[in-house]
Amino acid sequence: MKTWLKSAFALAIGGTSLVWSGLAQAVEIEYWQYTYASRVEAVDKLIESFEAANPGITVKHTHFPYADYRKKVAIAVSAGDGPDVVQLYYGWLNDYRDGGLIQPLSSSAFPHAKIEEEFFPMVGTMKVDGEYWGLPTAVRSLALFWNTDMFAEAGLSGPPETLDEFVDYAKKLTKTDSDGNYLSVGFAVDTDGQDHHWWREVLIRLYGGQPYSDDGKTVAYTSDAGAKALKFLTDFEASHKTGANGFMNRGQDAFAAGQAGMVLDGSFRISKFVKQDGLNFAISELPGHNGKRYNFSSYWVNGISSKADGEKKAAAEKFLQHLTSDAAMQLWLDTVGELPAKPAVALVDANKTHPLYGPFIRGLSYANATAFVSEKPQRQSLIDAYDMVVLQGADPAAALKKVAKAEQEVFDEFFED
Amino acid sequence: MADFWNKLTIRQKLAITAWLFLAVPLVFYITIRFYPTFEAFYVSTLKWNLLGAKKAIGMKNYIKIFADEDFWLVLWNTIKYALVGVPVSMLIAFIIAYWLNEIDFGHDFIRAMYFIPFLTTAVAMAWVWRWFYQPLPIGYFNIMLSWVGIPQQPFLKSVTQGLYSIMAPAVWAGLGFQIVIFIAGIRAVPRSYFEAAEIDGAGRWQILREITLPALKPTIIFLTVVSTIGFLRIFDQVYTMSADSAGGPLNSTKPLVLMIYEFAFDEFKLGRASALTVILFLILLVVSLVQLWLMRKQK
Repeated sequence: MKTWLKSAFALAIGGTSLVWSGLAQAVEIEYWQYTYASRVEAVDKLIESFEAANPGITVKHTHFPYADYRKKVAIAVSAGDGPDVVQLYYGWLNDYRDGGLIQPLSSSAFPHAKIEEEFFPMVGTMKVDGEYWGLPTAVRSLALFWNTDMFAEAGLSGPPETLDEFVDYAKKLTKTDSDGNYLSVGFAVDTDGQDHHWWREVLIRLYGGQPYSDDGKTVAYTSDAGAKALKFLTDFEASHKTGANGFMNRGQDAFAAGQAGMVLDGSFRISKFVKQDGLNFAISELPGHNGKRYNFSSYWVNGISSKADGEKKAAAEKFLQHLTSDAAMQLWLDTVGELPAKPAVALVDANKTHPLYGPFIRGLSYANATAFVSEKPQRQSLIDAYDMVVLQGADPAAALKKVAKAEQEVFDEFFED
Repeated sequence: MADFWNKLTIRQKLAITAWLFLAVPLVFYITIRFYPTFEAFYVSTLKWNLLGAKKAIGMKNYIKIFADEDFWLVLWNTIKYALVGVPVSMLIAFIIAYWLNEIDFGHDFIRAMYFIPFLTTAVAMAWVWRWFYQPLPIGYFNIMLSWVGIPQQPFLKSVTQGLYSIMAPAVWAGLGFQIVIFIAGIRAVPRSYFEAAEIDGAGRWQILREITLPALKPTIIFLTVVSTIGFLRIFDQVYTMSADSAGGPLNSTKPLVLMIYEFAFDEFKLGRASALTVILFLILLVVSLVQLWLMRKQK
């Protein structure tokens, strides 16, 4: 009895002191991302498991609409406020780094050799001036979504494997009324969506060119290949008449409504289409050309903001390690539908042969990520070139020459100092 | 302190009390309005990305702006919004106000109906209009056109129609305000003028031209200035209705304010954005000075 009481007493004291020491060390760090239901859910789950494993640290999760995201992060961090760990699009890295918003990852917590051994090679764009500035949980690639009901109705048995087939199928899938207005489109071209990536990293390469010089400082798409690729993209609207840019507002909306035969999009769109009643679709790899295939990959990374220091920085590093762990990556795939950033997690058979994720994962092996200097104006160049050709009847090569001049200025301004 | 207060005259006490109350808005204006305004002049001479080091580059931002052909296009767009939007909206508002003033039955209800769009969030309204403008089979305007056999129009997807398509909801939203001001203006004209004119045998048109319109001159000037400034600062509608909020296609709908926003918050070029702000400020200043000059002539 006495010994029992003694040990209970000792336990109680020990427990209390543990709690006390925990309180004394309690560190709260903030995590910021933009509002996207499944991403929020995934991070909430990851915070839960992180806090369970690290009792001294709490993570405050803040998210707000995408439209304000960049602005709020910039203003908050510059005011010494805001997140310790922050999510950013890989294409914004240079803006963020230049703006002093994020700090390099310490090589003790994130050894370079380990990163280079474990992650997909495209994560290399995160290494600037010999330092890594952020790491992804997940990566994205593009694939072709096709409406199986519309394919069957048009007498097509499977997805197009080549660019020529792609055009042919788009024509067969298009339906118009007697005045020539679209009832449904064969291919939902959407320059505000993913099509500018398709043009830049896939079509240009399929035609034998490359979008930018190898050092990433010069526009290289004013080549014959660039013009051919732009003509291929604009022909759907301008001459094949298989769809109009922004039909039904966005390509993804037209496809979700069952009024587009094909659309290009990322794996993050699967969850939207799966929920759509009456929509039957399948996914396949992007069509190739002359026996070659290319894909575009992109990713969001988590970086440590320049505000974090001392014990907060240590906690932020721990949280970042947790976010980029193998378990987090599988959870992200299952919850958000984005692909694991490490081959060891992504390229397991269950993922590779998955009917929905499989084509994206297979696409990763031949994908390139664009080293954007500033994503928005660079995206605008394809949007403008497309409009010049389709709305103003400009020659593709001439249109590209015009937008290339503007884009080169973006490069020059960035690299001048 | 009490001694000091007691020695003051009533006039002085009143002045001190008044200034005490005025101090609150004054501090607000100086810190929230005037200081940032002057800061913008300074920032417009810098190369600055909001965070990094500020680099003084003199007038380079202005030189770059004036050499940019997009700037001239955007400036012309901005002027078009005002040049077309102001007369069109005021003409419609006046016609509605004029006839609304004549009726009693349902007057308040109809006036309220016209006023509701003015109270509605511009972004919500612009989204609805964006859907109205969609091509077939979902766009309401194109569906209506197809009923009467007119081929479908590209509206927002056209370099020529885009700007006017975006202007339309802006005009519509501002109508309620203009109508209310016009009605107030018409009602402020002494009834005896109209009665005297009627006794003298003046027709409706004559009364309108000789009495109503001249009497409304201050109202018209006020509304012109307010709506001109409003249209010169148009943003919400363009940001919401153009694809990717880019003021396209091919910048054909982009106004100055959107260009400022893009430089500042998409590209983080605060210096360039501030220089553009200064330019817009000067334009608005000229508009306001012209108003003052016109008002003075009135007296």
